[in-house]
Amino acid sequence: MACFLIPAAEAVITTIVKHTVAKKEASALPAEITADESRLRFSDKLGWLNNMLWGGSALLAFEHVWHGEVVPWFPFLTNAASPGTAAEMLHEMATAGVSMAVLVTLVWLGMVGVSHIIENRTAANIKSENKT
Amino acid sequence: MTLLTCAIAAIAVTIIWYLSEKRKEMYLGTLALMYWGASLMWLVDAIFEYAELHEEYFTPAIEDMINDTYLGLSVVALGLCIWLVILFVKDPRGVVRKALSRKA
Repeated sequence: MACFLIPAAEAVITTIVKHTVAKKEASALPAEITADESRLRFSDKLGWLNNMLWGGSALLAFEHVWHGEVVPWFPFLTNAASPGTAAEMLHEMATAGVSMAVLVTLVWLGMVGVSHIIENRTAANIKSENKT
Repeated sequence: MTLLTCAIAAIAVTIIWYLSEKRKEMYLGTLALMYWGASLMWLVDAIFEYAELHEEYFTPAIEDMINDTYLGLSVVALGLCIWLVILFVKDPRGVVRKALSRKA
């Protein structure tokens, strides 16, 4: 019905956060940057979440257009036209929509965790190579 | 079928991303993540549908299956179109810029 709006709303927030974090990283001291050269910047990792949320929302929005649930005229969502269907739509957004946003975010957190482990291993390998 | 088609596209692009030397230049990660994001969202949709329909979920009508397959393929095509737009706008190899400057 309109479940894609919840991940899309999250995508707007994460995009703003990404730009703010990227600005902070750009203004960081050069010494801090060189010390963390082997690691990906957090803004890059936020980019993964953005891509999943924006891409997923866009493709799901297309599915809703396909099924006639999103239309190019007001109120744009066919289920928003009457109070009965609007309540059903809001219920679906609160259940399926929120679950979608949560699952994508959890998968992203898993990706960040795995990348953190790989980065730590790489840093440890570089250190041991430098010692020998 | 939409979930399956999108998940297959996500797996295929991820394999290409892994094997390709030009993964960053070609924004293959962006395409793969777009498909993975959509697949995860459709997975949630499928779980909710399964909770409602139970075993009927696995025996859809042929008409619905064909419609869902067309939708899945259209979704994959739309994803590729979005990726192409990103690629042309970012233009990492300067191909679009060169082509436009030749015309001018």
